[in-house]
Amino acid sequence: MASFVRFTLDGKTCLAEEGAQLVAAAREAGVFIPTLCNYPGIPPKGACRICTVLVNGIPQTACTTKVAEDMNVATSTPELEAFRKSVVEILFAEGNHLCPSCERSGNCELQALAYRYRVTVSSFPYLFPKRDVEAWHPKLVKDHNRCIQCKRCIRGIHNAEGHAIFAFGKRGDKVVINIDPDTSKDIDDELAQRAMDICPVGAILRKGKGFDVPIGRRTYDRAPIGSEVRP
Amino acid sequence: MTRKIVIDPVTRVEGHGRVTIHLDDAGNVAQSRLHIVEFRGFERFVQGRPYWEAPVLVQRLCGICPVSHHLAGAKAMDVVVGAGTGAGLTPTAEKIRRLMHYGQIFQSHSLHFFHLASPDLLFGYDADPATRNVIGVALANRELATQAVLMRKYGQEVIAATAGKKIHGTGAIPGGVNKSLTVEERDRLLKGDGGPLSADQMVAWSQGALAFFKDYYKKHKAFIDGFSKFPSNHLCLVRQDGALDLYHGVLRAVDAEGRRILDDVDGQDYLRHFREEVKSWSYMKFPYLKRLGPEQGWYRVGPLARLNVVDFIPTPLAQKEFEAFKAATGGKPNDMCMHTHWARLIEVLHAAEKMRELLQDPDVLGGDLVVHGKRQPEGVGIIEAPRGTLFHHYAVGDDDLIKMANLIVSTTNNNEPMNRAVRCVATTYMAGQKEITEPMMNAVEVAIRAYDPCLSCATHAYGQMPLEITLVDATGAVVARRRKN
Repeated sequence: MASFVRFTLDGKTCLAEEGAQLVAAAREAGVFIPTLCNYPGIPPKGACRICTVLVNGIPQTACTTKVAEDMNVATSTPELEAFRKSVVEILFAEGNHLCPSCERSGNCELQALAYRYRVTVSSFPYLFPKRDVEAWHPKLVKDHNRCIQCKRCIRGIHNAEGHAIFAFGKRGDKVVINIDPDTSKDIDDELAQRAMDICPVGAILRKGKGFDVPIGRRTYDRAPIGSEVRP
Repeated sequence: MTRKIVIDPVTRVEGHGRVTIHLDDAGNVAQSRLHIVEFRGFERFVQGRPYWEAPVLVQRLCGICPVSHHLAGAKAMDVVVGAGTGAGLTPTAEKIRRLMHYGQIFQSHSLHFFHLASPDLLFGYDADPATRNVIGVALANRELATQAVLMRKYGQEVIAATAGKKIHGTGAIPGGVNKSLTVEERDRLLKGDGGPLSADQMVAWSQGALAFFKDYYKKHKAFIDGFSKFPSNHLCLVRQDGALDLYHGVLRAVDAEGRRILDDVDGQDYLRHFREEVKSWSYMKFPYLKRLGPEQGWYRVGPLARLNVVDFIPTPLAQKEFEAFKAATGGKPNDMCMHTHWARLIEVLHAAEKMRELLQDPDVLGGDLVVHGKRQPEGVGIIEAPRGTLFHHYAVGDDDLIKMANLIVSTTNNNEPMNRAVRCVATTYMAGQKEITEPMMNAVEVAIRAYDPCLSCATHAYGQMPLEITLVDATGAVVARRRKN
């Protein structure tokens, strides 16, 4: 039988299973903590930092923090909201995110968070990096212009033998996530679709599949990100 | 002393252009040019993108007629995905696209006639610019202005229902569409949901707009017939049986006498018949029929050209108007620039009839939306956009990325005719004149405006832009300058 811990979330006392991830526990308690690199079912990484909260007054990523007894968590101070907006702005400035022609527009978590934080233009200088579109694979396209390097694809997509089909290439600020030619060569359509779905932006696309879902029926046309979490 | 007259920018058109007119020592027009001074570059930056992005990406060329680029791109990609052309799509996909397109024609033509062109007709090209604008139209003819706004709104609602939103939707995808209409959407557009925006009302208002023009024509026949009149070839898509078909067909061109100089040409073969010439003084290319060469092979496109090329219009009310239009020139091609407005309004009526017809067709509610076949390395999509024949041509690599794009935009096809129109008007109104007046400048713009050019093929800017004419002597010294803000 699971044991529970008592903690404080934005001033309210809550219960959660011992060892629960803070993002999930907050969701259960009706509080939305935004995430980008976090994905249900795969180990958390704390890469994007957008889920940063104050735990007993100290900034910590909520995706890598487990709930503990008497923990006091603040999820939505003005400083945290400003920080999250900055994270979104940095990601937009760092890559080439052109929503008007992007397949994931309306289904994109980064775009949805930009709407949530009312980002109209990045306050950071746009870098306009010169990046490639990797299109040699028969089922997948990897658009490096849009990749935010959240690593969800590396952690969550594996072939039948359990090997990751995406991997890091290069180093430092040149780092890219590539499709591994060996581990990805026999993937089926279902895995290709999962790879596209796990990407929070439009960096992984299935070949020949584009704009199938009409405007008005896309995920964030129906409801803004976070609205699925209700107090 | 030679003089150089500059009109910069040309107003009440979409985009940004400049006119220069050189007068010789005797005051005659030595040279006239319409310069397109902005560069967009879509042909280049669509390269390297996945082919299925093209219809969504290239429509950003324009905020007035994005549907035209969206559909031309989608038609080209239909060929690439092996869905073929025209009848290759499912009935639902083709009819939804047609509905989207006629909504586009309807709203764009309404915008142009009422908002951009009608001030010149209502008040005269030489009227006070303070009233010769869309606000003046609204104050002088409230009913006309209200109808104009609602007609444009109706067209936009049709686009929103078929493409997902009014501007820059995603409805057309390679091989078909991503949505059909719901019964509620169909009924709202057909019956108007209790308001004026019904298919029947749009037909009635279109007839009213035509009656307005014809009444004006009766009173100003000499001006409408004589303003910027010059012979040319004419080009458009026609249905196989010669009917007006703005969505799909074969290419046909006629000369100034109505003789067919191009007929029954499949759009996929356009490169065998067309060439584009580049001139150093404009970013816009000059297309021509290869067989006739650049001097003889240039042609007009758009409403006037279409009604000069087709044999009939396949909707009854527009056909009746077409017969009256053809009778005005005894069946010969019509080369009177201002008759373009007449032709445009006949197309507005045709679009209203077609939308009503399509909304009554149960296929627009269907669920069979996409077909794919054998992948092809390239595809050409041609459509009759509001401003004329629009060509999209793409080559796609084995990796599904676009390798090459060639776009011949409607206004590009009208490049030489617009230059001729400028020369024609300059010769009539400016030759031998010592002083350049505002009405003289506007006369040049009226001629350009008749083609409804989309100079940047971008969002439109009109009305309040500055206009400057400079007189320069042979040494380059400015003799006189006139400017309006």
